[in-house]
Amino acid sequence: MIVEQIINALQIGSTYAVIAIAFTLLIGILNLLNFAVGEIFMLGSFFALTFLALGLPFWLSFLLAVLLSGVVSLIIYYFSFDLLKGAPELIPLVSTLGFSILLQNAAGLIWGTERQPFPESISSQIIHVGPIVISPAQIVIFGIALLLMIILDQFIQKTRIGRGMRAVSENPETANILGINSKLVIIVTFFASGILAGASGILFSISYFTVEPLVGFHAGIKAIAAMIVGGLGNVRGAIAGGILIGFIEVMSIQYLGSEYREIAVYALIFATLVVMPQGIMGVVQQEKGRV
Amino acid sequence: MFSSYQEGILILLGINILLGWSVYLPMTTGQASIGNAGFMAIGAYVSSLLTLNFGWALLPAILVGGIIASAVGFLLGIPALRLKGIYLVMATLAFGEMVRNIFLNWELFGGAYGLRGMKGTTLPLVYVFVFLALIALIIMSRSRLRLTLDSIFDDEMVSEISGTDIVRVKVGVFGAGALLAGIAGALFAHYMRFIEPGSFTPLLSIFMLLYVILGGMRSHWGVILGAAVFTLVPELSRGLKDYRGVFMGGLIIALMIFRPKGIITRDMFRMLFYLPGKNQ
Repeated sequence: MIVEQIINALQIGSTYAVIAIAFTLLIGILNLLNFAVGEIFMLGSFFALTFLALGLPFWLSFLLAVLLSGVVSLIIYYFSFDLLKGAPELIPLVSTLGFSILLQNAAGLIWGTERQPFPESISSQIIHVGPIVISPAQIVIFGIALLLMIILDQFIQKTRIGRGMRAVSENPETANILGINSKLVIIVTFFASGILAGASGILFSISYFTVEPLVGFHAGIKAIAAMIVGGLGNVRGAIAGGILIGFIEVMSIQYLGSEYREIAVYALIFATLVVMPQGIMGVVQQEKGRV
Repeated sequence: MFSSYQEGILILLGINILLGWSVYLPMTTGQASIGNAGFMAIGAYVSSLLTLNFGWALLPAILVGGIIASAVGFLLGIPALRLKGIYLVMATLAFGEMVRNIFLNWELFGGAYGLRGMKGTTLPLVYVFVFLALIALIIMSRSRLRLTLDSIFDDEMVSEISGTDIVRVKVGVFGAGALLAGIAGALFAHYMRFIEPGSFTPLLSIFMLLYVILGGMRSHWGVILGAAVFTLVPELSRGLKDYRGVFMGGLIIALMIFRPKGIITRDMFRMLFYLPGKNQ
C-alpha cells in the first residue's frame, strides 16, 4: 500500500519537477517569471492529442508536440522578452500573463473548453514486479522525466551553450564582453523551457487521461510551489521541490481527503517562506539565482 | 438618472478603482502583488456572513470585512517582506489561491456553492468609499510619507540606511491595500448578491495589477483610468464573443510593447502642468 503511494508520488512529482525546471531555467538565467509556461504545458498535451488522433505513433507524436511547444516558447520570447528589453522586470511578467490569457482562450477556441479524454497511448495495466505493483505508463513517465533531467543537467554542465547559460545567469554584460553570444543563449534557454513544459504536459495527460485548457494554470501554480519549496532559480531545487509536492499531494489525498490536497500545498509554501525562505536547496537569495 | 445597466457598470467601475488602489498602495514601495483577490474574498465572505447570518446592517459589515482583510494583510506582509520582485509575485499568487481553497472547503461559507442573498450596495455608497480613499491618497501624496515611499521605491537599501523604518512602511502599505480590497470585496458581494470561490480567481488579481500598470504605476489618478479602460473594454468587446479572451490577452501584450510605462505617468503630469520634476 505505502509502496504504491510512493510510486504514485514519484510519478506525479517527477511531472511537476519537469515543469518546475521549465520555469526555473527562465528565472535562474533571465530572472523572468514566465506565466505562460503553464499554458505551454497545456498546449504540449493538446498537440500530442492532435498528433495521436492523426494516427501517428506515440514517440513521434511526443517528439513533434514537444518541438512545437518549444516554438511557442520562442514566440513568447520575441514578444514578451526581446521586444521589451530595458523595461522594468514587472513588464515582461505582465506580458507573459497576457500570453497566458491569450493561449488559454485560443486553446478553448481550437480544441473546445470541455475536458477531453487523452488516449491511453501506453498501457496502464498494472504488472507485479515482486511485491511492487506498477504500470508501464508509470515507468515511461518516470523514465522520460528522469531522462529529460539528465540531458538538461549534462547540457548545462558540459556544452558550450550550457556554459554560456551559467555565465549569463551570473552577469549578462560580462558574459557578452567575454564573447558569449548571449542572444543565442537566451533563445536556447527559451526553447529548452518550452520543450520541458510541453513534455511535462504530455506526461501529466498520460497520468490522468484528460486534457483541458485550464489545466495549465493549475500546473503552473504547482510548479511555482515546487520552486519556492525547493529554492528559487535552482534546477536541483526544482527537482526536489517537484517530487516533494508530488508526495504531499498523494499523501494528503490518502490521509486527509482530496479536498485538503491544494490547501496542504499552499500551507507548505507559507511554511517555507516563513521558516526557510531560501528553500530546501538553500542556495538562492533574493537576487538572481544560479542554474 | 442612469439605466440599471449603466448603473451596474459604474458600480463595478467604482469597485475596480478601489481594487486598483489596493494593488497601487503596496506598489508605491515596489511590492507587486497578484494575490489581492484573496483579500477581496475575505472582505466579501466576512461581510456577507455578518449581514446574512447575524443580521448586521450593511455599513458595519463592510467595515468589519475590510478590517479583517487588512489584519490578514498585515500578517501576510511580515513574511512577504523578505521577498522582492517576482518572488513576492509568486508568494502573493499562492496566498490568493490558498484563501480561495480555504473558502471552497469551509462549510460555514457555503463551500463550492458560495453564499447568496446579500443586497444593498448602491451607486452612492460605492462612490463614498471611492471618494474617501481618494482623499486619503491625495493627503498621502502631499505628505512626507510620499517621499518615504518614493525613496523605498527607488532604492530600498539607501532608504534604510538613511533611517527609514522600511519594515513598518512596507507592512503598512500592504495592510492598507488589503483594507481597500476587503471593502471592495464587501461592496462587490452585496452588489452581485451571490459569491462563490470561483468569483475570486487569480485572473481578477491580475486585472487589478493591470489597472495599476496601465495607469503608470506611480499615480493614483492613473489607476482610475486603468480601471476605466479595463472595465469598459470587456463590456465594449462583448461583440467579439468567444474571441474576447484572445483579444484581451493580445491587448495586454500590445500595451506592454507600446505603452510599458502606462497611459498616464507622473512625467506626463509634470509636462502638462509645468510641475518641477524630481531630477531637476
